[in-house]
Amino acid sequence: MPALEMTDVRKTYRSGDTEVMALDRASLTLGDDEILALVGPSGSGKTTLLSIAGGLLTPSDGSVVVGGEEISSLDAKALTRFRRDKVGFVFQSVNLVPFLTARENLLVVAEMGRRDAKESRQRADTLLDELDLGDRGGNLPNQLSGGERQRVAIGRALMNEPALVLIDEPTSALDTKLGEQVMELITNEVKSRSTAAIIVTHDTRMTHYADRSVEISDGVLAA
Amino acid sequence: MRIAVRELLRRPGRFAVAGSALTLLVVLLLLLGGLLDGLYLGSTGLFRQQESQLVAYSADSRDAILRSRLDEDLRSEIDGVDGVEATYGVGVTLVGFRVDGGDEMGDATVIGYEGAISGVPEPPEPGEAYADRRLEAEGVEVGDTLELGPERVPVTVVDWVDDVAYLLQGGLLVEPDTWREVLASARPDASLPDGTFQMIAVGTDADADPEQVAAAIDDATGGATSTLTIDDAIAALPGVDEQTSTFNQIITVTFVIAGLVVALFFAFVTVERTAQYGVLKAIGSSSGQILAGLVTQAVVVTAGAFALGGVIALGLARIVPPGIPLVLEPSRALFVAIGMLVTAVLGGSLTLRRVIRIDPASAIS
Ligand SMILES: Nc1ncnc2c1ncn2[C@@H]1O[C@H](COP(=O)(O)OP(=O)(O)O)[C@@H](O)[C@H]1O
Ligand SMILES: [Mg+2]
Repeated sequence: MPALEMTDVRKTYRSGDTEVMALDRASLTLGDDEILALVGPSGSGKTTLLSIAGGLLTPSDGSVVVGGEEISSLDAKALTRFRRDKVGFVFQSVNLVPFLTARENLLVVAEMGRRDAKESRQRADTLLDELDLGDRGGNLPNQLSGGERQRVAIGRALMNEPALVLIDEPTSALDTKLGEQVMELITNEVKSRSTAAIIVTHDTRMTHYADRSVEISDGVLAA
Repeated sequence: MRIAVRELLRRPGRFAVAGSALTLLVVLLLLLGGLLDGLYLGSTGLFRQQESQLVAYSADSRDAILRSRLDEDLRSEIDGVDGVEATYGVGVTLVGFRVDGGDEMGDATVIGYEGAISGVPEPPEPGEAYADRRLEAEGVEVGDTLELGPERVPVTVVDWVDDVAYLLQGGLLVEPDTWREVLASARPDASLPDGTFQMIAVGTDADADPEQVAAAIDDATGGATSTLTIDDAIAALPGVDEQTSTFNQIITVTFVIAGLVVALFFAFVTVERTAQYGVLKAIGSSSGQILAGLVTQAVVVTAGAFALGGVIALGLARIVPPGIPLVLEPSRALFVAIGMLVTAVLGGSLTLRRVIRIDPASAIS
């Protein structure tokens, strides 16, 4: 079963009188352990596609099936549950909870989903270790470097054992070397869990970490 | 919810302003309530302690004990009414007193009585008195001889009794003739003959309905009496109802202000945290979970304010001059605690709409 199947998805934004077509009849299939790089210039619709795939936005038209579940018709409450249980997000701006330690930022996810506390703590510790944050778990976000915060955000996205991980421009705030390290960590983490992932980037140098890359411009996916 | 608690523990400073405002409001609520209780208790003790169910005044008194007079004939008419088990004459006189020939004047309510006052023994010997403990603050001790009124009628305090005051003046409970003597010397124009009282407390038979007995009494006396239940008699006391409703209005307004403080603070907090809540929603937090966190914070801050405000109010109660009738009752503290809790939950919940409107998609931009 594919991790994601988007068919003829359109998304228009209204701003005032004009309609912006952010996504135009996009169709995309993602295998259940496939890593896809979504590449395109700023404003091309990458974030919009990611948001629709993860149930943050509902499409204006078309079908979105994630892990066999059609999500384009779910209501807000069901979408919240879907995001909580099925997807992991890494946002462009890292957005950790500032007064929680790295470890607690991971555990937030488990607390929301009412998952078993002991198992969750073990999972958080494992993830922190794998992300090279073993000794930073007790630090607050403002005591961490940009790369470390980015890694905490990746750990948070993996806490709920998602079937689909969606990562928006993970390297845009990092220099090339750090960016490559982060990309490598992400792909290692995702691969080792046989999870599917979409990694958005506008940096074509990063695409070789993915199994496949797709280009997008003006809301249209390149075939 | 855990997030909310952790934020409280790690960023207590953020809640300091709201917490301080709420603390002051708690102090205000406790002091206002304490004054109301003090005024109420100090004005009504004589009536609340009646073991009888009814009190009868003369009809022309407009239900004021100081204007009322009931002679022996009326009393025997009352005694004859069906459902009346026993009657007890009561009279009061407000006097100034001196302790053991000193110059300091205190104020007391001399109460002539025949019995049936809760916590007070049968009337003492002529020239003796049981004193309301609140007179301790006026320098009275057991064994003292007090000189009452302009003619300095002497009575000796033989023991303390509790909560028997009238019009905020501690009671000196004496047998009826001693009271009449004091009345005649303090208010010669209002002196009353033997057997005449200002009020007749009426104990009703266990199986009788006091309201019906009251109506029967007023019937039997041909409308010469006005017979009230104890509660109605308390409500008819000068100023008691007005005081109570005035204070309760101020207390209500204070609760509303506390609610506004909570609501405004958490509305502000929600606006400030829109981005954070957007992220939490994006990764699967429901509006309900976020709201539960906010309400938890409101309740914890309010509980802290209550604890601190309670300590401050207790401290203030100690240094309040004895003339101010401030009484901090546990029941009042409970009332304020529950009121503040409800206020916190309501005030915090007002952010519900704001929380619901936060778009999870805002996290991704
Ligand atoms: N909330 C919105 N309201 C109106 N227009 C939007 C909104 N979000 C994105 N857009 C527009 O949709 C297009 C695609 O945006 P986006 O998906 O954010 O692109 P990218 O992530 O590739 O930079 C852009 O033209 C952008 O201006
Ligand atoms: Mg974008």
